[in-house]
Amino acid sequence: MDFRSSIPAAPVLSLYRRLLKESRSFPPYNYRTYALRRVRDAFRENRSVEDPKALEQLLNKACDSLAIIQRQVSIRKMYETQQTVVEPEPKNL
Amino acid sequence: MMSKNVTRTLLSSMRGISSSPRLNYPQSSVSASKREREVIKSRELEKDELRPLYMDFQATTPMDPRVLDTMLPYQVNYYGNPHSRTHAYGWESEAAMEKARKQVADLIGADPREIVFTSGATESNNMSIKGVARFYKAKKKHVITTQIEHKCVLDSCRVLESEGFEVTYLPVKSNGLIDLQQLDETIRPDTSLVSVMTVNNEIGVKQPIKEIGHICRSKNLFFHTDAAQAIGKIPINVSDLKVDLMSISGHKIYGPKGVGALYVRRRPRVRIEPLQSGGGQERGLRSGTVPTPLAVGLGAACELAQQEMEYDHARVSVLANRLVQKIMSEVPDVVMNGDPEQRYPGCINLSFAYVEGESLLMALKDVALSSGSACTSASLEPSYVLRAIGADEDLAHSSIRFGIGRFTTEEEVDYTAEKCIQQVRRLREMSPLWEMVQEGVDLKSIKWTQH
Repeated sequence: MDFRSSIPAAPVLSLYRRLLKESRSFPPYNYRTYALRRVRDAFRENRSVEDPKALEQLLNKACDSLAIIQRQVSIRKMYETQQTVVEPEPKNL
Repeated sequence: MMSKNVTRTLLSSMRGISSSPRLNYPQSSVSASKREREVIKSRELEKDELRPLYMDFQATTPMDPRVLDTMLPYQVNYYGNPHSRTHAYGWESEAAMEKARKQVADLIGADPREIVFTSGATESNNMSIKGVARFYKAKKKHVITTQIEHKCVLDSCRVLESEGFEVTYLPVKSNGLIDLQQLDETIRPDTSLVSVMTVNNEIGVKQPIKEIGHICRSKNLFFHTDAAQAIGKIPINVSDLKVDLMSISGHKIYGPKGVGALYVRRRPRVRIEPLQSGGGQERGLRSGTVPTPLAVGLGAACELAQQEMEYDHARVSVLANRLVQKIMSEVPDVVMNGDPEQRYPGCINLSFAYVEGESLLMALKDVALSSGSACTSASLEPSYVLRAIGADEDLAHSSIRFGIGRFTTEEEVDYTAEKCIQQVRRLREMSPLWEMVQEGVDLKSIKWTQH
């Protein structure tokens, strides 16, 4: 992270880690891979943003996304179905 | 089991080559659907059976979790009718509907008052074609469309023909694009409407909408485009493209099924005769309660599409190139239908020579694919779109459509390509036609005899 920005790196990193952790628990394969990929790419893209207002906006958006992912993960867990053919481990019977 | 497959492949490839007389439409579709029930039996997945990969994004798309998240409060809590004017339930519902309208309008560069919510692109197409033609029928009796339009457009035109209108179905060149010169010559002083779809759902070609809009504006007639497959995937601005009517479908842009929209231009005003009569909602053009949760979902999907358009487009192009390169480098005699440049990369239609499409689909049972569009997949006739671009009968029978979307991963693409290559090789080894080709026999010079 860029240390010259006014928002310290630690909360941003912890948000990033929480987003990735939540995304990993999405049961459906397609949504899981999409969420992980999109979060990584979004953080990578905005890595060098310095303007504090823009940063705050992005961080708010990230917090909202975290809430959305948490809600959607719990809904998908309630309605689970079989896994797709490309997933590495088959479900235990 | 094996011999049944071989005979079926033999018979069906022979059917393709020899010029057997085609039954007329109703008879062939009834017997074809009976045969279809034998060929690919629909069945429920077993409990522990793995689900196939979804590679059919042109048929429909899964809902984006963010869209579902926006819709749920309106299904659960804020359930008021948006047209109720006397209490908070109605007001909050109406506010959400208007917000969604603005989101849809922003995606295409229109004014929110120009958007009408409908039940899908089929209804929007029906409304615009029948509505415009019937409103101006006193003086203008001619409508122009193309041969590769969606079934709903072609069927609406057929209904208009029975009402006394004249319809010209423009042919397309072998790359799927229409000839602008021909369109110019076909326009008559009594033409009221030209309808051309932006991106075709079977072969993925992108028509030159800007030029067509220019021609229509200069000749003072209305231009309708079915943009169901193009919205949210390529940038669209209705003022740039000079479009007067545009159909939008919710479930093609990761939104809910059962909702769509119609853009109707206000300046210069386009008048439509409404199809659905009732309480005068949606400016009198489409009466009926607007389904708030679905409309909210459509708006959210449109907003998301606008934000993610660049990212998705880059990804889809990379994945599509990867799939096509893999398949075409390992397997000979594969033809891509449609223009290679003027296309949306996420819709790939490949024809595998000497292999029958249905048997390839059955062999690729781990991947959800289709040959042709969902509307025509019930009959065994080759799709009319492929016939219109002049594909050979045998190539038209053996075409498969791969759809790539926002949620496709590299592993899925690799798996699909591998399986496809494997199965095509296996089926070709069983095919006697392939053996003959390997020996150097020219199939077109053979005289097949009927038994």
